[in-house]
Amino acid sequence: MSKEVIIETKGLDLTFETNDGPVHALKDINLTVEKGDFISFIGPSGCGKTTLLRVIADLETPTGGTVSVNGVSAHEARMARAYGYVFQAAGLYPWRTIGGNIKLPLEIMGYSKDGQEERVSKVLELVELAGFEQKFPWQLSGGMQQRASIARALAFDADILLMDEPFGALDEIVRDHLNEQLLALWARTHKTICFVTHSIPEAVFLSTKIVVMSPRPGRIADVIESTLPKERPLEIRDSKEFIEIAHRVRDGLIEGHSNG
Amino acid sequence: MRSFAPVLTVVGAIMVIWYGAAVALNSSWAYDKAKRADVTLSFSEMVADTMAQKKPLLPAPHQVVAEIYKTTVLKKITSKRSLIWHGWVTLSATLLGFAMGTGFGILLAVGIVHSRAMDMSVMPWVITSQTIPILAVAPMIIVVLNAVGISGLLPKAFISMYLSFFPVVVGMVKGLRSPDAMQMDQMRTWSATQSTMLWKLRLPSSMPYLFPSLKIAMAASLVGAIVGELPTGAVAGLGARLLAGSYYGQTIQIWSALISAAVLAATLVALIGLIQNITLKRMGMLR
Repeated sequence: MSKEVIIETKGLDLTFETNDGPVHALKDINLTVEKGDFISFIGPSGCGKTTLLRVIADLETPTGGTVSVNGVSAHEARMARAYGYVFQAAGLYPWRTIGGNIKLPLEIMGYSKDGQEERVSKVLELVELAGFEQKFPWQLSGGMQQRASIARALAFDADILLMDEPFGALDEIVRDHLNEQLLALWARTHKTICFVTHSIPEAVFLSTKIVVMSPRPGRIADVIESTLPKERPLEIRDSKEFIEIAHRVRDGLIEGHSNG
Repeated sequence: MRSFAPVLTVVGAIMVIWYGAAVALNSSWAYDKAKRADVTLSFSEMVADTMAQKKPLLPAPHQVVAEIYKTTVLKKITSKRSLIWHGWVTLSATLLGFAMGTGFGILLAVGIVHSRAMDMSVMPWVITSQTIPILAVAPMIIVVLNAVGISGLLPKAFISMYLSFFPVVVGMVKGLRSPDAMQMDQMRTWSATQSTMLWKLRLPSSMPYLFPSLKIAMAASLVGAIVGELPTGAVAGLGARLLAGSYYGQTIQIWSALISAAVLAATLVALIGLIQNITLKRMGMLR
């Protein structure tokens, strides 16, 4: 079974020069992401999971090794608008309505007026925010704002979705709901998703592949292929299989820590 | 209504101090006059005299108000003695200078934010420009521009611009740099160009910084226009009224010009405040 490789990193290294001397953020990262994968990067803070996502997005430049996205360099992929990126904070512009915020990347990318309208209503439907197009961000709850920012990342034709702890600032109940929605959305859109998190249940619940990372220097400690079915109701978290995978993730985190 | 009470209290206090000072400063002239006429003044006679002198050291508030009333309501607007006419002369130069200064200031700020070379080279000059006393520069600007055939409104507007671009540059540099790293990264993920970032992110984000700068710029612009009217030989404008008044010792005229200038400045600044409130409210930045 060989699927199309979407993201590939080989011997990736990144060292930041800081005033306190060099910081080895990423060391020898070898990773392959195939089309339709849902990959989670999990690890304690400082393990480089966000940095790795930023390297894939060409927001950081690695000091060694190679990254390819869609078969081209990360920079070319960014220029070709190959991915949608969801940040930790929703980052909606207060002076634009929800619809206006989702239109922003479309305006920048030069979509036609009709095309913009059509896409806005389509993605608002996808994140269950239909009817909120004319509302301003401050009129929405935190969870709804984050959904709007996901809608914005989905609005243009990018097959890759990079998400940096998008639900990190939300409470558990909202988070469960959004996780379910995200899975449904992934199933409908067939996107390839890279997801940074520090929650073990979240990673296990969402992913087809879990990349466990450890700090100082940031490196991959374990890669766990999930055996859970694609259809995942919230109750699956009580199943034996789920608990076993979660256990393996925890072991990987502990091991990475004691070795580090 | 609640916000009016403190304002009225302060105005009241100023009035009390002003009247007191008028009596104290004008009394020696009242006593002098009485001495020469060989009469003795009672205290109430002295106070009455200090309130109604022709060329008092410090005119009483009601004298100034009467003078302003006489030169605004009772004079035709086209008359050279009308304060409204003089006010308009100053106002037109102020507004033109303000517009030029704001435009120039925003352009400079955009350049400074986008070019490190400009940041390093222009900013020190911008600051230096404001350390030179405007009273020294103003006559030179008037004379030089006059020599190349430019006179009237434009030279004064240039002086206004010279004073008003500075707060705009400083405020806008800060405002254009106000989007945080995440917002800039987000733009980068859409591979947005620098100009797109400027129009869609930097400029809208800078609005809360622009308006306070505009208020300072407007006040500075008015000062610039008045200073620009001094070396022209006191032909027209509030500055001319100030100068003419001081030539002939017409203190009431000086004070009425001063008060008019202050009211004008307050009105203009309040107007900007109003536009600020409307704009920021519509942009969802004021809650």
